[in-house]
Amino acid sequence: MTAPIEVSGSETEAQPEAVLAGVGKKAIEGRSLGQIAWLRLKRDRVAVAGGIVIILLVLLAVFAPLVVKLLGHPPNEFHQEHIDPTLGSPTGKFGGMSGEFLFGLEPGNGRDLFSRIVYGARVSLLVGFLATVVAVIIGTALGVVAGYFGGWVDSLIARTMDVFLAFPLLLFSIALVGVIPGKMDILPFGPDFLHLVSLEGNTLRMALLVFIIGFFSWPYIGRIVRGQTLSLREREFVDAARSMGAGNGYIIVREILPNLIAPILVYSTLLIPTNILFEAALSFLGVGINPPTPSWGGMLTQATSLYTIAPHFVIIPGLAIFVTVMAFNLFGDGLRDALDPRAR
Amino acid sequence: MKSPKVWTAMTAGAVVLSLGLSACGGGDDGDGEGGSAATKFDAGSNGIVNPSDKKGGVLRMGMSDDFDSTDPGDTYYAFGNNFVRLYSRTLMTYTSKPGADSNKPSPDLAEAAGVPSDGNKTWTFKLKKGLKYEDGSEIKAEHIKYAVARTYDRGVLSHGPAYFPQLLDAGDYKGPYKNKNLDDFKGIETPDDYTVVFKLKDPFPEFNELVTFSGQTAPVPPDKDKGAQYRLHPLSSGPYKWEGDYQPKKGGVLVRNENWDASTDPNRKALPDRIEITAGLEANEVDNRLLNGQLHVDLPGSGVQDAARQKILTDPKLKANADNPYAGFHWYVPISTVNIPNVECRKAIVYAADRDAMWRAYGGDVGGERSTSIQPPIIAGRQKGTDLYTSTAAGYKGDVNKAKEALQACGQPNGFSTTMVYRSDRPKEKAVAEALEQSLGKAGIKLTLKGYPAGTYTAEQFGSPSFVKKEKIGLGTYGWAADWPTGYGYLQAISDGKAIVPAGNSNPSELDDPEINKMWNDVVKLDDAAQREAIYNQIDQKIREKAAILPNVYAKSLLYRPQTLANVYFHAGFGMYDYANLGVTG
Repeated sequence: MTAPIEVSGSETEAQPEAVLAGVGKKAIEGRSLGQIAWLRLKRDRVAVAGGIVIILLVLLAVFAPLVVKLLGHPPNEFHQEHIDPTLGSPTGKFGGMSGEFLFGLEPGNGRDLFSRIVYGARVSLLVGFLATVVAVIIGTALGVVAGYFGGWVDSLIARTMDVFLAFPLLLFSIALVGVIPGKMDILPFGPDFLHLVSLEGNTLRMALLVFIIGFFSWPYIGRIVRGQTLSLREREFVDAARSMGAGNGYIIVREILPNLIAPILVYSTLLIPTNILFEAALSFLGVGINPPTPSWGGMLTQATSLYTIAPHFVIIPGLAIFVTVMAFNLFGDGLRDALDPRAR
Repeated sequence: MKSPKVWTAMTAGAVVLSLGLSACGGGDDGDGEGGSAATKFDAGSNGIVNPSDKKGGVLRMGMSDDFDSTDPGDTYYAFGNNFVRLYSRTLMTYTSKPGADSNKPSPDLAEAAGVPSDGNKTWTFKLKKGLKYEDGSEIKAEHIKYAVARTYDRGVLSHGPAYFPQLLDAGDYKGPYKNKNLDDFKGIETPDDYTVVFKLKDPFPEFNELVTFSGQTAPVPPDKDKGAQYRLHPLSSGPYKWEGDYQPKKGGVLVRNENWDASTDPNRKALPDRIEITAGLEANEVDNRLLNGQLHVDLPGSGVQDAARQKILTDPKLKANADNPYAGFHWYVPISTVNIPNVECRKAIVYAADRDAMWRAYGGDVGGERSTSIQPPIIAGRQKGTDLYTSTAAGYKGDVNKAKEALQACGQPNGFSTTMVYRSDRPKEKAVAEALEQSLGKAGIKLTLKGYPAGTYTAEQFGSPSFVKKEKIGLGTYGWAADWPTGYGYLQAISDGKAIVPAGNSNPSELDDPEINKMWNDVVKLDDAAQREAIYNQIDQKIREKAAILPNVYAKSLLYRPQTLANVYFHAGFGMYDYANLGVTG
């Protein structure tokens, strides 16, 4: 993709007279990096489309109760009067799609598929987003430290990342989710009042999913941050800061981190869809959110044995995952192009 | 008793999803007009389809996965016990007849049923004379003693039932692989070559049924035994023998055993000349081959998968070739008497349960019949019972008012919260859990649902009293089938306080009621089967009165019989077609 900024730039450079002629009419403003990136992003239609879809999805998830109230039925309510008792399939055409049930009915229990997709977005987005936040925090902190200090610190952290990347994550999470109790104190030690803070049921499952997914995807961010830091710490402005007596903490926070924001932002956007897929995979394997709370991966699991009876039940949650992941990926790609055209 | 791990394990896979379904309790023969007069839907459940005495042809059987073992002494699957009848004979075997008669033990190697003495503690069997193995040597009483002795070594034969080590008075005998001297095995005496005497620790009235259901009394000559490898070619005493060896996960071929004498064996017709077994197929592939006639029999006998089910039920021609018998299981929901000690609170659960949704979860009429008693209909002497705190009426969605009254009586007028568990890889059980979460919620009983893998569920989660207590599990999905079709075989393990064990517990309600326990202690001393059956029915009633079990459905399977399969009938003892009597046409 051509970087649009160069086009306008070359215009001004190629025609200095015109530029000079412009003086007085409208002052040329210096554009910050952020502004330039925003301009580039705005012109990337695919990325903008991705961004709009993301915003819509977030709104849908946030206002799920309202949306469902207007357009559907409570997500856990059974409507078995529309289900054939022997075959388990909805009696209407196309899985029972109608004005009343926009996406049709779930086979068997006869729950409103539209409502379940809308509520399912909450789980997918929340877990995908929070897990990414966890990964970014851990990954950035350790990546910067490894890259900046080098030496044995770097070796230790880099090897740890290798271990995490080589870990049979899926097996581990299946085992871990299987053994956790129904209720867990956040701090299982210390004075009594700390035990008041405990999680149970789906809150605990969510927290655990976020923790597992985030805790195991930080090396992806960590490696990139470490690489960037390695080159940044040799740059002149870092030397300058150091020669003026700045401490390590100051240099990391004030000199290096601001320069890392672009890559972190880009890779976070690309990590979110990966994490959404991972949540779907865990739910698919039955170690995700507990029923009856709807989740897209969970719906797909249910659908695999029913695809001949109710094809819509495979297609709709599948499409939901596809559209979400696609939107994040397109937006992430666009963001990368905008922030750092050379990185392609 | 030992849990029918067998059945549970067999159905653990995807197979379970597809336990067939259609019911019809009576005259409903569906859209049978597609088939010929002889082949109506469900005709094989109560009668013989394509009756035949014509010998010859090749019978082709197939399955996904494999047998647990082809050694008659080491298989616990019902289909394994059914299949090994083709090449092994036992002291007693099931009667080969359609309908309820097939549940009755019939002498096989024995001249007549075993005779009890010493208050049901000693059982004596007399063998028929002149019976031979495939190599022409004679079958002797000592070979049966040896066959039972080898089941003591769980390290070598790990799959089969473990009734003999539990029941026989043999001290700490470790099996013939660790102790070569068979005289040290005191559980069985063989005063001569044709007499087998079992010595039991405690009175046990149903010993004939016990030796009938499994292949563990099939004779094994000690010099032919190869331990765990014996399964590849067990020495045949039945109408067929292995051609070469059986190849696990691949299959094998059975050919006629010329040394088998049909006149001594009323229970095996042995029609085909050759039987080919293909193992390790994909489950849906088995169905496809069955539908296009490449296979005659799906060995596991638990019914077709969802895809084939859909095809069969929507095509009258195919449906006419299908049967929809009781599969032996009762899918029900035990309610923990430990975590919900007040009977009124348990009653509230039963009152509030949406039986319509629970029945739909298993596939409506074809999947099962709404249950009243705990014992399923194929149990000998079982009475239908009446609805207690619930209803089997069509469309019954639970009674919220009655449930609230019960909650009031329980002292929890606003309801309570508890956890319900289910097997996460079984969509039908998940649907039951979701249905209960909804309908109990209307009465104020809040359920948290938790799924566990089927592989560990019955051993480590719902089957572990300490886990149930720690996780405060109030109820869960469960299913049970009897090893042999009597009230003892069905109810003892799930209701006798003595049967509660720390792992693999089959009584997840943890019902330990003095009244019921006493009934169990007394019933084993009775000689008369009818008297025992009366008590089994009382126990059944008590379990429901105490709301320890929420009944759901008696499972039905959807079996497909290709038109080229002859002499087909459902055998209630095995819960599938009778493999020793099938024939082929064309």
